[in-house]
Amino acid sequence: MSADRLCYPTAATQGLLACHACDLVSSLTLEGAPCPRCGATLHRRKPASMARAWAFLLSAYLLYIPANLLPIMVTQSIFGTQHDTILSGVIYLWLSGSYMLSLVVLIASVVVPLLKMMILTLLLLTVRRRSTWRLREQTRLYTVVEVIGRWSMLDVFVVALLASLVRAGSLATITPGAGALAFASVVVLTMLASLCFDPRLLWDSLDAPPRPLDFPVVNHDGTL
Amino acid sequence: MRHPQLPTLPPSQDPDRLIACELCDALHVRTALGDAERAVCLRCGTELYRNSTGAYRRLLPLVVTAVILLLISNMYPIVAMDLKGTRMETTLWGAIQALYADDRTLVAVLVFVTTLLVPLSELLMMGFVLLPTARRRMPRAFPRIARAILLTRPWGMIEVFMIGVLVTLVKLSTVAQVMPGVSLWSFGALVIVLAAILSFSPRDLWHQLDARSTNGVPAVPSDTVS
Repeated sequence: MSADRLCYPTAATQGLLACHACDLVSSLTLEGAPCPRCGATLHRRKPASMARAWAFLLSAYLLYIPANLLPIMVTQSIFGTQHDTILSGVIYLWLSGSYMLSLVVLIASVVVPLLKMMILTLLLLTVRRRSTWRLREQTRLYTVVEVIGRWSMLDVFVVALLASLVRAGSLATITPGAGALAFASVVVLTMLASLCFDPRLLWDSLDAPPRPLDFPVVNHDGTL
Repeated sequence: MRHPQLPTLPPSQDPDRLIACELCDALHVRTALGDAERAVCLRCGTELYRNSTGAYRRLLPLVVTAVILLLISNMYPIVAMDLKGTRMETTLWGAIQALYADDRTLVAVLVFVTTLLVPLSELLMMGFVLLPTARRRMPRAFPRIARAILLTRPWGMIEVFMIGVLVTLVKLSTVAQVMPGVSLWSFGALVIVLAAILSFSPRDLWHQLDARSTNGVPAVPSDTVS
């Protein structure tokens, strides 16, 4: 799709802005003031969208390492102690013959978090580079991220249920491992990153010509 | 219908009838939609709004049903397990307590928030808003509650928990005899009812209340698909 077919009048170019809470379109001059209909503070774009999204995303990347390396579940039984990471849980399900379920867990706990972080990185880089490459598809990717994000919590719930069912007194005890916290944090952080990201920034590169720098350019010798 | 490019909007356009796409900021003019029709953004293909009047009418009964199902789901065990004569069963609350007892306080809080606090408070807030509007009165503190519903929405994860229960059942079925509890069925029903409730966007609450006060929808053409 050619770029000019994607040119539409937007709220921002028409001197308007939409309320994030009730959709009411108001004048751009009301930015920072409460919405006349619902009282939510009006913003042209989500505030500090890029900085917040990068911060949450980078933290998620960092925590993704312990989330996969540390055990999310520790099983103590008469046969000894077994540490399970997310991946070993998937392998266990596969070997025990539950192929469908093993796939569900693989997608929810391994593919989805990784995919989410990669998509968000792509979107953030696109905005940063002011690229106008496949904006429609990238916007679609953002909606995908919003929909699938929560499903990664699956493993955390499973560990919680197993831990409460298999407790001290019976033949085995299951306790949640340190990886569970790291993994849950990855899920929450990527959700926060996608909530903070404003997809309209993608389209701004198409709608608005590059803004002149709003600070004076200083030459190397210190003169203006 | 594809719009030609509009350099500026016609000056007569009423700002109340405008809608900006949430994802790409393109401006559109609201139009009356038929049943099961939804308007999509011409530029990025995102849904702008849908005809929510029918969904809105069904909302209050659904919310009441969901509250009852949520209460039942938490009163009875979800899964029971027989391991060499020892019977173990757990509820959602039991799972949260187990995490807490094993010193995973943060994870316990997260599970509590996503499976109990957020779904319950969202349902109660919706009920609080919908009850007065059913009697054609403006609910108290409506703007605040509408915003709170919007804010809590991404964090409710009952359906994910439901799949988690199924995974747990299969995982344990190899080593012990597991029996799905009463709660499992009510959780299943709750997931379906919640899906129907969540298809209603809280932003439409504003539109529904406006439509009641102005009694009519604008009839300016824009793009619609069914």
